[in-house]
Amino acid sequence: MRKIEVSRIKDEVKRLWMEANFVLPDDVMDALGEAKKRESSEMGREVLGKIVENALIAKRKRVPICQDTGIPVVFVFAGQEVQITGGRLEEAIEQGIGEGTWEGSLRSSVVNDALARVNTGDNTPPVVHMEIVSGDGLKIIVMPKGAGSENMSGLAMLKPADGKNGVKAFVLKQVENAGANACPPMVVGVGIGGTAEKAMQLAKKACARPLTEKSREMAEFEGELLEEINCLGIGPAGLGGRTTALAVNIETAACHMASLPVAVNINCHACRRKEAIL
Amino acid sequence: MLIPSQALRITAPLDEETISGLHAGDEVLVNGVVFGARDAVHIKLAELIRTGAKLPFDITGQIIYYVGPTPGRSEHDVGSAGPTTSSRMDFCTPLLISRGLKGMIGKGSRSREVTEAIVKYKAVYLGAVGGIGALLGEKIVHAEIVAYGELGPEALWKFTVKDFPVVVINDVYGGDWYKEVKAVVSEQ
Repeated sequence: MRKIEVSRIKDEVKRLWMEANFVLPDDVMDALGEAKKRESSEMGREVLGKIVENALIAKRKRVPICQDTGIPVVFVFAGQEVQITGGRLEEAIEQGIGEGTWEGSLRSSVVNDALARVNTGDNTPPVVHMEIVSGDGLKIIVMPKGAGSENMSGLAMLKPADGKNGVKAFVLKQVENAGANACPPMVVGVGIGGTAEKAMQLAKKACARPLTEKSREMAEFEGELLEEINCLGIGPAGLGGRTTALAVNIETAACHMASLPVAVNINCHACRRKEAIL
Repeated sequence: MLIPSQALRITAPLDEETISGLHAGDEVLVNGVVFGARDAVHIKLAELIRTGAKLPFDITGQIIYYVGPTPGRSEHDVGSAGPTTSSRMDFCTPLLISRGLKGMIGKGSRSREVTEAIVKYKAVYLGAVGGIGALLGEKIVHAEIVAYGELGPEALWKFTVKDFPVVVINDVYGGDWYKEVKAVVSEQ
């Protein structure tokens, strides 16, 4: 067994949480630049220019890209040959988020209870997804998730006969409803299959996938959906244009013969994520 | 848009003449004083009005910016400060407009009740670009908390802004820029 001390995990989560909020990933910067070249609307090009300028200011000044520094969503892929020592893994992740919130002057956007609504002051507790994988590595992805886009999520339990067209209609409806709320150009994560909760987790995972990585089976459908979304006319910031989405990422799973679950989870253009392998 | 030489400059608080001169799609730079408020403050303002209590600021002619900034370097400064989704404040906005509120800055479409109140009472809804808080935070030159400091990032703020870039979304003539721009691409 390979031993990993929890203090290392805490320090790494803290660093990833701050960096993700200050520095937009290269693939997103590239996609924004490409979109600006293709955008036919003058207003759309201006907005895309401002989005890139904003990312550069954030990086230089170490100020958050967006004031909504997000609810922390943390994916942990733990190798089955890893032993975590010195404390509890979830506690270490939570401490890393809390310390990073203070050190990075991030906004505290998390409330303790959905109905009581008292701000916890340091963005804890995070939402943590754990997966056991083969090997002796530990991969952590920290994804600050803004509520503007998260609130536009949706789930449909379609009928098997609805097929691909049903999926397409639902995704387009969700994006159309999201409009400027989700801070377009968006990254549209789609989960197809599984059960209700599995489909939504797939959609979230799809949102976390780099824009340069295409699905092996669904690449064509992703392209088709992107094309139709970019004909909706919403455009950057909802102020018009062809760049409504930068990418559509689809993840799929097996499902019951009577089900066709489809989940949509949208990310804004501040598609923030940072990963590390310990 | 957002090009200083091409944009129209307005100063808040707003008068009716200024508001009548604004049309959906106009690029505008806002100067002067705007109040920062989001979900929690709107719930409190609605309750104060319902019980007949005094509001913590004189709302006549004012602009409310829907924002919860990140902390700045001092108490009179903010970090990142872009718009949040306006529709969450729709439940209270017609009431505030009827009490004298003249402008709102946020992102995303408003309800029919809000757009009708905008026309009826002569107000304006201004859209800012979401997700560029680092850039927009630089347009806030002074910040102070007016009330509800215990709400942390959801406090009621008073900001002094300089050339804060927005686009007119809903005007007194019933124009709706988010709807109009969508029609442009579908016609092509």
